[in-house]
Amino acid sequence: MKEEIIIAGFGGQGVLSMGKILAYSAIMQDLEVTWMPSYGPEMRGGTANVCVIVSDRKISSPIITKYDTAVILNQQSMDKFEEKVKPGGLLLYDPSGITRKPERTDITICSIDAIEVAAELGNAKVYNMAVLGGYLKIKPYLKMENVVKGLEKSIPARYSDLVQKNREAIEKGMEKVKILFESK
Amino acid sequence: MAEKILMKGNEAIAFSAIRNGVDGYFGYPITPQSEVMETLMKEKPWETTGMVVLQAESELSSINMVYGGASCGKKVMTSSSSPGISLMCEGISYIAGAELPCVIVDVMRGGPGLGTIQPSQSDYFQTVKGGGHGDYHSIVIAPASAQDMYDFVDWGFDLAFKYRTPVIVLADGIIGQLMEKVELHPMKPRRTAEEILRDAPWATTGKPAGRERNVITSLSLDADTQEAFNQKLLAKYEAIKANEVKFSEYLTSDAEYLFVAFGCSSRICEAAVDILREEGIKAGLIRPITLFPFPEKELNRLAGQVKSMMSIELSLGQMVEDVRLAADGQCPVGFYGRQGGNIFTPEEIVEEFKKFNKLS
Repeated sequence: MKEEIIIAGFGGQGVLSMGKILAYSAIMQDLEVTWMPSYGPEMRGGTANVCVIVSDRKISSPIITKYDTAVILNQQSMDKFEEKVKPGGLLLYDPSGITRKPERTDITICSIDAIEVAAELGNAKVYNMAVLGGYLKIKPYLKMENVVKGLEKSIPARYSDLVQKNREAIEKGMEKVKILFESK
Repeated sequence: MAEKILMKGNEAIAFSAIRNGVDGYFGYPITPQSEVMETLMKEKPWETTGMVVLQAESELSSINMVYGGASCGKKVMTSSSSPGISLMCEGISYIAGAELPCVIVDVMRGGPGLGTIQPSQSDYFQTVKGGGHGDYHSIVIAPASAQDMYDFVDWGFDLAFKYRTPVIVLADGIIGQLMEKVELHPMKPRRTAEEILRDAPWATTGKPAGRERNVITSLSLDADTQEAFNQKLLAKYEAIKANEVKFSEYLTSDAEYLFVAFGCSSRICEAAVDILREEGIKAGLIRPITLFPFPEKELNRLAGQVKSMMSIELSLGQMVEDVRLAADGQCPVGFYGRQGGNIFTPEEIVEEFKKFNKLS
């Protein structure tokens, strides 16, 4: 099993920490991971993205150009990464802030209204966990118990009460995600 | 089972320093390695192991604090990135000249000058061929993962004390920023004063009666004395070359084509080898883990086996010169590189490989 994911959006949406929690959860399931952020001047007030690779074998290159999954949270990232999803792959996006919908017909396209989930839970900070939930519903390779362990490892002990909040957001995201188009 | 933690290469350096009994870290922030000192400051090892962590006012200060700490037989280190290492080069030369052990981590970024903050490998010449003035070498070891970053601090200090010489851990922005699973080994305590006397009898720890005073200096005004010292250094470097070469091989035994790459590039090349193997092309990879000493014997042997070699680097071509020397004309040696913080992909390397070998 090997899953190569790009998570892309604005700085502040929790893109990097979503990738980190995904990676930590995979470690808790004894999988290999790499987490490579885009870092550089483009991050300041602009787009942020992170490439996460999860595999049951040792990972060689952390640098890749085509992805099994693109998680897209703003228009700039849609323009940049839609074409980089492998045929048969998955594009998951948050429709708020997207002005041009994805056009590919050779990939599975899903949407997740994560802002709504965050509003329902009364905490804007769990936005990224709703997105993660949507992703894990479509690609269910991680057990929930390991995702909870991943959360516990990623959230500092003094905020341990947030683990439950984040778990709720993940579960709500799993309910909310919509399959818009399924590739054959 | 040892604890496995997800961390950046830079964080791994910091945790390794604390857990391997390092006495002092002196540094100055610079991207892409600032997490080293950030992590140390967050962990506050001075409250647990007694390790000193100090932000100096400049790289000149931090390397000279390392010089001072090392003179006392302490395990001391610093870290920086390319422009900061340039500032430290005078100090590194003095430390080599005074025969002192220390570990210097260089997380390379694009240059020359202030350059970019993205990954690069363009300081191979600077670190492997000298950097500072005078006939000296630093031992240069090149990590390719967060686990390597963790392991190479301890290994670096072993080498540094064994040969009384500076050791440079030559990483790059990718290895510094990449998060991976790191296995933490059991804690090693810091050395006691008695252990320092035993392991570093040359150190300036206070002169007891009945022994000559220990002198730490790189100054010698007499030509014959200096020449004798240079010859002593030569013998040391020959011993390092004979004993410490380390490299890893990937599918080389039946290889007809060979990639040579270190650090992050070696991992990208490994993926390129896999692509070529799937197409039925027998490619292999040598990853030099020590850059000085360079695995020249192994490359020389393989040069007689393969049709060509290609050095793949994030630079305009630096290590390729040592690959050519090692190949010694037995096979053509090509080069492909990217610069400025741009990173090649496995597919790009495959394409350039085919161009060089006229296979497409």
